[in-house]
Amino acid sequence: MKVRLIDIAHARSGDKGDTGNVGVIALRPEYYPILLKYLTAEKVKAHFAGIALGHVERFELPNLWALNFLLHRALGGGGTISLKHDAQGKTLSSAMLRMELEIEEPIVVERSGNV
Amino acid sequence: MMKECIRIASGQGFWGDLLTAPREQVTRGHVDYLVLDYLAEVTMSIMQKQRRRDRALGYAVDLVELVDDLLPELLERGTVLITNGGGVNPTACRDAVFAAARKRGIKGLRVGVVLGDDILEGLGDLIGKGHELKNMETGAPAASVLDRVTSANVYFGARPIVEALGQGAQIVITGRTTDTGLTLAPMVHEFGWAANDWDKAAAGTVAGHILECGGQASGGNFSGDWRSVPDLAHIGFPIAEASPDGTVVITKHPGTGGLVSARTVKEQLLYEIGDPKSYITPDCVADFTSIRVEEVGSNRVKISGVKGRSSTEFYKVSMSYHDGFTAVGTLTYAWPDALEKAEAADRILRARLNDLGLEFDEIRTEFVGHNSCHGPLAPSRGELNEVVLRVGVRSHERAAVERFGKEVAPLILTGPPSVTGFAGGRPKPADVIAFWPALIEKSAVAPVVLVEEA
Repeated sequence: MKVRLIDIAHARSGDKGDTGNVGVIALRPEYYPILLKYLTAEKVKAHFAGIALGHVERFELPNLWALNFLLHRALGGGGTISLKHDAQGKTLSSAMLRMELEIEEPIVVERSGNV
Repeated sequence: MMKECIRIASGQGFWGDLLTAPREQVTRGHVDYLVLDYLAEVTMSIMQKQRRRDRALGYAVDLVELVDDLLPELLERGTVLITNGGGVNPTACRDAVFAAARKRGIKGLRVGVVLGDDILEGLGDLIGKGHELKNMETGAPAASVLDRVTSANVYFGARPIVEALGQGAQIVITGRTTDTGLTLAPMVHEFGWAANDWDKAAAGTVAGHILECGGQASGGNFSGDWRSVPDLAHIGFPIAEASPDGTVVITKHPGTGGLVSARTVKEQLLYEIGDPKSYITPDCVADFTSIRVEEVGSNRVKISGVKGRSSTEFYKVSMSYHDGFTAVGTLTYAWPDALEKAEAADRILRARLNDLGLEFDEIRTEFVGHNSCHGPLAPSRGELNEVVLRVGVRSHERAAVERFGKEVAPLILTGPPSVTGFAGGRPKPADVIAFWPALIEKSAVAPVVLVEEA
């Protein structure tokens, strides 16, 4: 089935220089294995094509049901060098939540549509 | 006797944060400590510029107004204030605080300052002594930008603040101290944690990370279910209730708006972190994968189980240097065909800049209302009622950036129709302040703690 990331997770993003960080947190513990299995660094890199120009790193925080992604070269140089409207990467989190995952496991999503 | 629990309140998450928050934190219920975080990377450079113009400036001036307003309550309630708002001139900030206290007829106020983090003046010497201060991202030595450096600060941790608290300071004003150190320090002071008790240091550091962005831990900027957060107009900033064993409960004052839940706290825990197993501060290396987060009541979230490792031999250094100029111009286009008109205007503007032969390192066009946030992920063009054309340029030639600023307004009378939004005047060149993160051996710099009474 197809599942929208925004229906099973929440997220926050920020900046460190030209690198954006996006923390993705499962809304329920049973969604965490789904994130772990399907929200890979490769898929995230492909999703952010044209935005994250460098590599994408993924870190696991099972204790928080969360993954942390570092999107390198994603902020137009970062800080005051950046000409981007969102130079601090504050909206990378919602850009991440736009993703759709094709998953094998049937799940009931916590929220849909109205977010 | 050691206290069973201390309450540490966050009052500001950045220079520019909600001005009413510190007073609310101090007066709506008991707190032992009020911590105010003012410093972002770009702030240090702005403060150096202010100090160059006036030797008595270079700190967060808001802070002095705030202390002036709040001093009677702080003293009456015994709340200790800890802040890094001293910027690049903590002693001038202290003197301004003393002056405010004198005006109010307050005597015997003990204020501590932490100095020694500002290495701008001694930078040449340090490099001369073999500290290369290599850029952590590029590996280049700092000597290559030395003539353009606008600020250089070492990040100190909790220890110098602990020393000031030990000398009875009622207010501690630091320069570049880590945000997390501001919160860890009162725990170390009150509970007598050993310098090598890494788990405790990590617990206090994690609490500091949760508090350091103010309302962002108590329902602000919350992506979980933002509609469910009550009364953000009166958001209560987060409070950490710390126990001697390192357990911390995050909460907020009763009757305030906002929300402290496992979800709001988790979002803040993930904010601006890298490898969660190694959250490096001058005080310890905290392991964020060890944190247990648990709701233990309404607006009460318990943080426990935090593991830490020994701190490193290095302080982080943050330098800023001048790296050219930028300007951003905007124009608003209305229906019909708002986006198409904005795109046409962008082409016209670029053609004129090209005709003028101006040199830019980058020209970036974004369409606010269409793609300025999510770039290529934005859905393809639906009908937009209005769109803001936003064009930014960057160059090492100031004249090119200045001339760009004169090319935006003419589009109103010489470009596509139904355009407005040029009330602000010509875009002016702004300095690009670039950052240079580096490391320095802890032995090369020493914090200086001064506590004085007036």
